[in-house]
Amino acid sequence: MVRLITHNLLACHVKGCTSNNFPLEFKDAKLELREAEYNSEFIRGFLPKIEWKALVDTARQLGDTSLPLEQPEMLDDEFLKNLHHVLLEIHIEEGSMICPNCKHDYPISNGIPNMLLAEHEIG
Amino acid sequence: MSRPELQAPPEIYYGDIEAKKYTGNTRNQQIQADMTYRALELLNLPQNEPAFLLDIGCGSGLSGEILDEEGYIWAGMDIAPSMLEVALEREVEGDLFLQDIGQGFGFRPGSFDGAISISVLQWLLNAETSHPTSSPPHRLHRFFTTLHSTLRNPSRAVFQFYPSSDDQIQLITSIAQKAGFGGGVVVDYPNSKKARKVFLCLFVGGGGGQQQMPKGLEGEGEEDSKVRFERRRERERLKTKVGKRKNVKDKDWILRKKELYRKRGKEGVPRDSKFTGRKRKAVF
Repeated sequence: MVRLITHNLLACHVKGCTSNNFPLEFKDAKLELREAEYNSEFIRGFLPKIEWKALVDTARQLGDTSLPLEQPEMLDDEFLKNLHHVLLEIHIEEGSMICPNCKHDYPISNGIPNMLLAEHEIG
Repeated sequence: MSRPELQAPPEIYYGDIEAKKYTGNTRNQQIQADMTYRALELLNLPQNEPAFLLDIGCGSGLSGEILDEEGYIWAGMDIAPSMLEVALEREVEGDLFLQDIGQGFGFRPGSFDGAISISVLQWLLNAETSHPTSSPPHRLHRFFTTLHSTLRNPSRAVFQFYPSSDDQIQLITSIAQKAGFGGGVVVDYPNSKKARKVFLCLFVGGGGGQQQMPKGLEGEGEEDSKVRFERRRERERLKTKVGKRKNVKDKDWILRKKELYRKRGKEGVPRDSKFTGRKRKAVF
């Protein structure tokens, strides 16, 4: 059940891996679409937290091209609905996330990513 | 009270069987729900603003369900795979992570509008291996510093936990303060053995008087029911003392039984006489 909303917040937390550790890259991702309740206020409130480029790149990589490359100034309803779909309705069920810097592999199984680190990776 | 955190590490203690037991227990569900509502109250989120919350040690989603009901969007993490499996079965809405909170988080700064954690923190107080990164202070430090950066400024994190001594509270609060948090411990029903609940209420930013320490709930509540229970027991004890127990096998009773046996045609029923059911002298 990794949604892009959390993926957009998630960086690698391996010891010493502090730069270029975001966003984690999806590999062999299996998607599932599940409807979620639309709440425009939440999306509006969440907008400032989003790292736009990472979100668009990841969405495109996963085959969703509904978002514009640049974050638009005008927030119309259609844009918010698209954003809602990308953030909350795309679930990644299987696959793995890979840190672009240290290449740590966070496997996802059953929709739950395994974030456990080995002893030497703990900061 | 038995302490599960002393028996085995959480991911082992909450195996398949214990996870099902824990989640299916209605008393547990009730307690967890109550504490989640109380934690949300202490979190004091702005009204009518849908928030993005972190559920630390979400387990099987007992607290997550409440967050769903209340309309929050959330992400949760737990170290016990069996508990997360149960959470999947219960179809909670939040994103789940298999994560050891003692290893810290990797979320970007300012990600969450608040964090709650129900009955989790005490699990961080036991060392599993002798490796330096496994010592409780190190894990707590890592946990609180990464949590602090993960939370928005200003915001709060509320932890309900079961400390076994004041030293533990001291350790936890001092490390949290070093990590940059303000706030402290709120105790609900401090004088009740059963209803007493400890909440660690931490603030991020907000400087000065803006964030005020909430007050713990006092007296009444569950204590009341305890008193009533005592009184009822007292009454029952008095009742048995006052109402004198009747002698079961007195003369009337014997005569009635004999009559009954004769009616049924039982053989060898002794005949009635003036000695039937007489009192005997004490032998000793």
